[in-house]
Amino acid sequence: MRTFPIGGIHPHDNKEWSKDKAIEVLELPDEAKIAMIQHIGAPSTPVVQKGDKVLTGQLIGQAVGFVSANIHSPISGTVTAVDAYPNGQGQRRMMVVIKREGDEWVDTIDRTPEHKRECTLTPQEIVAKIKDAGIVGLGGAQFPTHVKLSIPDGQKAEVVIINGVECEPYLTSDYRTMLERTEMMLTGVEIVMRAVGVKRAVIGVENNKPDAIAHIREVIKRDNYVGIEVMPLKMRYPQGGEKQLIAAVTGRQVAPPPALPISVGAVVCNVSTAVAIYEAVQKNKPLIERVVTVTGKHLKTTHNYLARFGTPVSRLFELAGIPEGDVKLLNGGPMMGRAVVDITAPLIKGCSGLTVLSGKEAARGKELQCIKCGKCVEACPMGLEPYILSKLAKLQKWDMAEEHNTVDCIECGCCSYTCPSYLPLLDYIRIGKQTVMTNIRARAAANNNKK
Amino acid sequence: MATRLFAAPSPHIHGGETTRRIMLDVILALMPALAVSAYVMGWRVLFITAVAVAGCVVFEYLISRFLLKRGSTIGDLSAIVTGLLLAFNLPVGIPWWIVLIGALIAIGVGKMTFGGLGCNPFNPALTGRIFLLIAYPVQMTDWTTHAPDALSGSTMLAEVKGSTYDAAGNIVLGNMNLTNVNFMDMFSGYMNGSMGEIAALALILGGLYLLWRRVISWHIPVAVLGTMAIFAVCVALSIGGGELCYQLPLFHILAGGALLGAIFMATDYSTSPMTHKGMLIYGVGIGLITMIIRLWGAYPEGMSFAIFIMNAATPLINKYCRPKRFGTGQTAKK
Repeated sequence: MRTFPIGGIHPHDNKEWSKDKAIEVLELPDEAKIAMIQHIGAPSTPVVQKGDKVLTGQLIGQAVGFVSANIHSPISGTVTAVDAYPNGQGQRRMMVVIKREGDEWVDTIDRTPEHKRECTLTPQEIVAKIKDAGIVGLGGAQFPTHVKLSIPDGQKAEVVIINGVECEPYLTSDYRTMLERTEMMLTGVEIVMRAVGVKRAVIGVENNKPDAIAHIREVIKRDNYVGIEVMPLKMRYPQGGEKQLIAAVTGRQVAPPPALPISVGAVVCNVSTAVAIYEAVQKNKPLIERVVTVTGKHLKTTHNYLARFGTPVSRLFELAGIPEGDVKLLNGGPMMGRAVVDITAPLIKGCSGLTVLSGKEAARGKELQCIKCGKCVEACPMGLEPYILSKLAKLQKWDMAEEHNTVDCIECGCCSYTCPSYLPLLDYIRIGKQTVMTNIRARAAANNNKK
Repeated sequence: MATRLFAAPSPHIHGGETTRRIMLDVILALMPALAVSAYVMGWRVLFITAVAVAGCVVFEYLISRFLLKRGSTIGDLSAIVTGLLLAFNLPVGIPWWIVLIGALIAIGVGKMTFGGLGCNPFNPALTGRIFLLIAYPVQMTDWTTHAPDALSGSTMLAEVKGSTYDAAGNIVLGNMNLTNVNFMDMFSGYMNGSMGEIAALALILGGLYLLWRRVISWHIPVAVLGTMAIFAVCVALSIGGGELCYQLPLFHILAGGALLGAIFMATDYSTSPMTHKGMLIYGVGIGLITMIIRLWGAYPEGMSFAIFIMNAATPLINKYCRPKRFGTGQTAKK
């Protein structure tokens, strides 16, 4: 069975807490806060004002430039404020606040339950519809999907890779999507194949989800989806990383930054994103909701919700029953998720799950000296030397950190996870990476000015 | 009780591996060899081992608390490992006060001078042993006192040391005829030598445990022992071949400190390379130097010196054997 070539770890997947919970449609929030930045790139501009009436699915934030994404209202009602509010990490971001009145949709959206498979649009039309619908990568990176599907001149896509790996422990939203929204996903894959002009798509799924693998294969056969195959992958974190997945599926490695997946002919897209693409292209439905897992060992109940964006995170935690005492609430899973410090923050596009860890589970051990065991080097899936990168960042040796390729780091956390001395390796590497990237951009800007 | 949120950057979970657990694994892995040694050589083995371990722990505690003025580091159990390995490298008849001096040198000079665990460039236990070998050569090579009856006063490596060149330039083995060697005795521990190096089977079991626990990888032990075996086969071929072709490599792997060194001493984290490629180079270097000293050097055994020399080369190996950067392999398109 295939997997990516170097590094990686085997954390317990902890999926048993929520994997058998079918997707439930979450009640609509009475008030939704919708952030104008839920993607990588430029923040969108609000196009509504206080007092405006909006419908579900109506555009409320306009994308600025190519690398940006539209934002739509997830509910219908009246805009009560356009102002800065804290996001999950406590940073103040521009948000549109809508008070809900009923649930009236924009009438161009097809809300009938029928599955619509046939698509005769041209690639340009497909990409335009995806752009209008404000679709971003739902695996967590929130990269605008229309940018990914716009193949640069001179490059050619050879294969579409659908990311159904979900290697992050605890999370099961992609798993439930693959089981319950299979037809939508597969039609979405067909549309992506059409958009980038390839005949082959591979859905990569880790072998800890044998029923998803079997079910997708069955539907592919039953409904005759041509050119789409499911590839079981050996369970290993971080297989869901874009570069790791491409290497696992094709055996090809994407060169270090700034090379993109298309340089090896791959276009990668998450399973939930494929569903969103189906809805946008076939049903004219913008991205206003997603499947989100609420999970943790100490919760009263765990769930996989289909929830509208803008729903306060606190509501989701409330329904699951947060335990008392010290807890860490995560937007995402325990390896790459971000700690939520403000639970009034709204649900955003990139949130595939909310994980609750007890203080004990998330406690960091006492930091000791590096014993040069080399476990971080062995675990690094990018072939870096985390113990050196972390030390260089600590000493503020930015030039040397750059020489040691710190910008290659994908922040998967394998190094910190394996360190027997509990060194906060990734904390320092992240600082080093950000500083080096700032330096590189400053140099590029200075060079441009000279020219 | 209310719910209290707390925050920190990812990753939010840890694999559970700790320095203490790793050291505990090494200690456990050394226990079979200690047991065999005590069985073959008597209770004094346990006494000397206890002196070495106690010496290392106490010296580390005193140095870190009163000289370096920082918290005690003995909780990580690495001082116990150093003590055990030091004891394993000593003859059983050695006076206890020499063991204490060895412990002081191992911990004081070999380890704490450089900042403690993970910072030392040379294996602390070997630092102690080599110091003692030079300072107390008589006591350090007195194998008679508690030897099993079947064996005389010198180690087998010292016996083959008499090897000379014949007229054609070939090596001739000295007093020993390898066909008389009982390899099963060597395997189970009935041979002369330092306390911890005699029990080949027990050492291999310990090594397998460390491999299973992923404390060490196979690269260093296999490179060291493989190089020694290949070297020995070449020597055997050059002096006539025949049965020597398997006897000589087997002899060199089982005799002296080859297994103890390859499995437990050379794999010391802070003094060995970080990458698998580096580990192989390092291991081959140790194997070569050991065989050169064993065959042509002034000492009968070369393992300690070989590891010591390659310890010195480790920073250089680390510099030139870096891991392969993702995306720069041949499979990637430009």
